[in-house]
Amino acid sequence: MRNATVLDEPQPVRPQPADEREVWIEPAERSFAIDLAPLWQYRQLVYFLAWRDIKVRYKQTLLGIAWALLQPFLATIVFTIFFGRVAHLGSQGLPYALFAFVGMLPWTYFSNAVTNGSNTLVASASIVTKIYFPRSALPIASVVGAAVDFACAAVLLVPLFFWYGVRPSVNAFTLPLFFLLATVAALGLALIFAAMSIRYRDVRFIVPFLMQIWLFATPIAYSAVTLSSAWRVVYALNPMVGVVEGFRWALFDVAPAPGWETAVSCVSAVAALLCGAFYFRNVAQSLADVI
Amino acid sequence: MGSTTRGYGTLAEALAARLRSRERTQSQTLWALRDVSFRIERGDTVGFVGRNGAGKSTILKILSRITRPTSGRAVLRGRVGSLLEVGTGFHAELTGRENVFLNGALLGLARSEIAQRFDEIVAFSEVEEFLDTPVKRYSSGMLVRLAFSVAAHLEPEILLVDEVLAVGDVAFQRKCIGKMTEVAAQGRTVIFVSHNLAVIQALCERGILIERGGVVVDGTSGDAVTTYLRGLETDATAAEVGARLDRGGWREVWVERIGIDGEKGPGTWLRTGGPATFTFEVSGVQRSLSCAFTIVDQLGNPITTASSVHAAPQDVWEKQDAPTFVCQIDELPLMPGRYRVDVTLRGAGRLQDQLEGAAYFEVVGGIIGGRPVGAEDGDGSVVLPVSWRGPAEALG
Repeated sequence: MRNATVLDEPQPVRPQPADEREVWIEPAERSFAIDLAPLWQYRQLVYFLAWRDIKVRYKQTLLGIAWALLQPFLATIVFTIFFGRVAHLGSQGLPYALFAFVGMLPWTYFSNAVTNGSNTLVASASIVTKIYFPRSALPIASVVGAAVDFACAAVLLVPLFFWYGVRPSVNAFTLPLFFLLATVAALGLALIFAAMSIRYRDVRFIVPFLMQIWLFATPIAYSAVTLSSAWRVVYALNPMVGVVEGFRWALFDVAPAPGWETAVSCVSAVAALLCGAFYFRNVAQSLADVI
Repeated sequence: MGSTTRGYGTLAEALAARLRSRERTQSQTLWALRDVSFRIERGDTVGFVGRNGAGKSTILKILSRITRPTSGRAVLRGRVGSLLEVGTGFHAELTGRENVFLNGALLGLARSEIAQRFDEIVAFSEVEEFLDTPVKRYSSGMLVRLAFSVAAHLEPEILLVDEVLAVGDVAFQRKCIGKMTEVAAQGRTVIFVSHNLAVIQALCERGILIERGGVVVDGTSGDAVTTYLRGLETDATAAEVGARLDRGGWREVWVERIGIDGEKGPGTWLRTGGPATFTFEVSGVQRSLSCAFTIVDQLGNPITTASSVHAAPQDVWEKQDAPTFVCQIDELPLMPGRYRVDVTLRGAGRLQDQLEGAAYFEVVGGIIGGRPVGAEDGDGSVVLPVSWRGPAEALG
């Protein structure tokens, strides 16, 4: 019996399906093109899945959506007490609480997006094996959900600014760009870990642990301006470095202004997204048989 | 076995596939399907039959794009809706209303489409009063009704259904079948996988029998079902049932041999209205040992059960060397056709032996109550001796 594999057969020249509703189902492809059309078709599903996650997360809880605010807020308080007061870490001339909170805000977004995103495939194994839909909708929905939490928590910035009597700098209009950078990085990592979680169940343990360590590799509790510029470039391979320093620059106009490090962070984030997209696409094709 | 379809100018629905799907189990490669090829036109109703593990669900999974074939190609024209399992995607914490939208989105409907059909969906499912409670409070029947209702209103051009009728009560099953018939009547294509052979024959014009990953029959549903059943029977040829292992019960005593005799002596064909003798040789005797057997028709519907548990004046209980239960029917009221026998032994207050498909027999046409009975003489499996009165002019 011939054990035929995809590589044995010559790949036929693929004419495009004639009428747009025609669907061709073929063995797994390894081409460089990623088909985004189904994802666009199912865009409402992404919305529904994100909405479902948020609703379910806060249903029957005591504090409901307030948890979205409390997470960065309480972490900031702890950091202020122990890193600000006890350890006397520098905060670049800003009140420490404000300094830490502005770092904590995008970090919570990133961390939640990656952690939730990495669990979605296994958690939704039942629908993944029974219904067709673009699997990437699941981690994308997690990122969207985390973005909603971010929006709720960002509201806290207003009272904080008043409390400390600080005005946001004029650079604040660039905030969406840094948010986008965080999103790209979060999505890339969520896709990578989600794809890994199919084969390796210990991703469930690895990711939270990784996030804990990663938090300290990001300048949230401290400022990294004292690093020499050579090291700073390496340091900036962590895309969240670009995000956090960017947030601080946008709101307070503190050094470092976006430059080489931000560029390195961007490249790093885009690389993560590309790796994530390809890896996920390759794994998702045989998903139902493995999960 | 062509893999292109366009040259034939087929209708909007053409499905030509050479499908092979592979599952790796450790170092072995298991081919779930091998060289499967078929074409389905728009409006066809096709039933897939075959044993468990034959590859039917794999075909549906590939057609639903849940898994990809290892080699070959499938071409689908038209929107596909699949019911591989109802209620998938329902989240326990959300209300019925919210779940309808979520499930609909999962199945590919846009929000506006769901909103349009919302009232119909709710009406079909009969859970209107509970629409705003979380589905974790629903009974399983309500869940299944709601889930099926969402899927049924998808209005896809191709509907794939896999064994969803296995859940739910009889009323629900009837509703499902009704809906699928309606869908077929609208000219849509229905592909149905089931073990319920009666429904397959009622609903589907075409039948495809899959065995061990390959297509064995591709014809009418009647052909596919008949071939399938014949295949099952060959496993139960010998009346020497003592050696069979697929049986239930304590087996302190068990059935060794079964004999079915008609008027012409030993053999396995009987005549309608003629005498029939069912002989069960058992391995031993116990106190309060009783023998019961059920005659089942081709489609798996039980027809009647005869049991020796309650005594009747005409029974004969005597000393025997080799313990044997013999059941005598003087005028067999069965229509011509093929039947199978399931036998059960009970003794010492427990189930001792239970065997499905213990023996098969064929009934040919005969005379009942003075009236000739042939195979084409009506529906059902039982024919009763009756007498008629009518106007003299109706004769001739």
